[in-house]
Amino acid sequence: MTSTTLAEPREYLQAQMRWRWGEIAFWLATLLPFILAPDYLLLASQVAIAALFVLSLDLILGFAGIVSLGHAAYFGTGAYTAGLISKWGWGEPLTGLVMAAAAAGLFGYVTSFIIARFRHLPLIMITLGIGLLLQESANSASWLTGGFDGLQGIHTWPILGRFRFDLYGYTAYGYALAGLFLIFLSARRLIHSPFGLALRGIRDNSQRMRAIGAATHSHIRTIYTIAAMIAGAAGAILAQSTETVSLEVLGFQRSADVLVMLILGGTGRLYGGLLGAVVYMVARDQFSGLNPQYWYFWIGLLLIAVVVVLPNGLLGGLSLLARRAKAQS
Amino acid sequence: MPPVFGVLFDGLAYGMLLFLLSVGLSVTLGMMNFVNLAHCSFAMLGGYVTVTLMNLGWPFFATLPAAFAAAAAASVLLERAFFRRFYNASDLEQCLLTIGIVFVSIAAAAYIYGTDQQPVQLPPFLRGSIAFAGLNFAVYRLFLIGMALIITTVLVATLEMTRFGAQVRAAVNNQRMARGLGIDVDALFAVTFALGSGLAGLGGALAIDLVGLDPSFAFTYLIYVLIVVSVGGLGSIGGSLAAAMLLGVSDIAGKYYVPAIGSILIYLVMTMLIMLRPAGIFGRR
Repeated sequence: MTSTTLAEPREYLQAQMRWRWGEIAFWLATLLPFILAPDYLLLASQVAIAALFVLSLDLILGFAGIVSLGHAAYFGTGAYTAGLISKWGWGEPLTGLVMAAAAAGLFGYVTSFIIARFRHLPLIMITLGIGLLLQESANSASWLTGGFDGLQGIHTWPILGRFRFDLYGYTAYGYALAGLFLIFLSARRLIHSPFGLALRGIRDNSQRMRAIGAATHSHIRTIYTIAAMIAGAAGAILAQSTETVSLEVLGFQRSADVLVMLILGGTGRLYGGLLGAVVYMVARDQFSGLNPQYWYFWIGLLLIAVVVVLPNGLLGGLSLLARRAKAQS
Repeated sequence: MPPVFGVLFDGLAYGMLLFLLSVGLSVTLGMMNFVNLAHCSFAMLGGYVTVTLMNLGWPFFATLPAAFAAAAAASVLLERAFFRRFYNASDLEQCLLTIGIVFVSIAAAAYIYGTDQQPVQLPPFLRGSIAFAGLNFAVYRLFLIGMALIITTVLVATLEMTRFGAQVRAAVNNQRMARGLGIDVDALFAVTFALGSGLAGLGGALAIDLVGLDPSFAFTYLIYVLIVVSVGGLGSIGGSLAAAMLLGVSDIAGKYYVPAIGSILIYLVMTMLIMLRPAGIFGRR
């Protein structure tokens, strides 16, 4: 593989882009909840939304090395935009989704000018600050957002005029899964492009990238805006399928949760975040009988264990095992 | 009391508290570049040690050294077990490891003590207020300011005048050069880390009467501490003190005069300051 990398970048990228059997099996398996676990479709829709949100964080953290402790800002912008559009009388979900993603993307574009200039601790603090700032603003602007009580009066029309949002979550899961799959396809295409390679270069050594003439700041601005749009889309799907928006969509807890999911699954691998979202959300559902306070005890232990034992996440550990097995046989 | 003086006085006392909570993190971050988000968990530990010992009948003042010692001991244990393996790891891994510790400490505190605010019974001579020049000063706040001033003096004197302080300054300025000159930076760091966490534990114990103590303390004050550290500049005691005062006074003033947008103002000021001066007000790096 290394020789082709050096000889012909185009071939390397095309080899990366080829679909593997594991990937096809994964996406077929996402259809199983419809048949095997119809009682859990609402949970499945939550998992798909979380997976979309994680995917968005993976694009900036896993591929461009931008650590963010405030990514919920874009999720929340999308959720509130979708909720407000619906509350003001336009409940059509698909256009609502596009508008919400655009609003989050616009906010992402504006903030990306700040993000691109910083790294390390100042960057972490600035993302944290932006997240807290937005949550406090939403809390204060209760005439717009409903403040602490949440946004009431959202009504989502049937998708394409046919599929009504039902109590069991058939439509919700179908909608979230379709959104996740389509956006995943674009993200997959994006990171296997020369632009994606440039991002990985910036992640690994931004000074050298600048030295060979890459426009690192504008690359970071682009991917940050795209990631913000995806996060906004995830928030919009949540708002439309649950028909409520609470301040919690902007909270620090949500930013921390999504980071945990991504780290758990493994960064910079696309599927790592998806796997992390599934494991995290299902485990949380199983343990939901516990007091949420105690749930965080296990999450904390899990985080420590992952960082100490599996620095590349579950998927990194799995691929290491697979490589060892192959080396032995 | 005219509100301006009251707000200033309360803000100063609050700022002193924030300074105690954050000065340890500032120095250790400056030395090792280790992002320890669990710093306020040590403060929380100190607070709970004080509460527990007072329930056993210890006097308030006797619990303060115990809070210091407990937090310092816990930090040494964690440093040996985990932190020391992550000094060369990325920011992200350090953040995640220490956030994990914060989660565990919050859950453990909630399990042992419940989620209620813990009360603390101050000795009689620290309660009430005294009148001076027509103004009323709460005794406990005066005590807090005095305490913080003494600690600051001791800290600055130690850093500026002792051999240990000179080594710490050298390690903060240039870790590799300090190693090259034969300073045992790892041992130095372990001691500094224990001292800093102990101060946080003391701060946590002193904070109970002013801001209360419940399991969310480790998160709520983490944000304030991070603001102080990043605005003040890493490894700068003077910077931390100035930033803590600024934050304390503006937080109290914001909540008093413009309650609707008080917290927005704090976060806005913090974000702007970090954008304009990424290395902090007095930071050199």
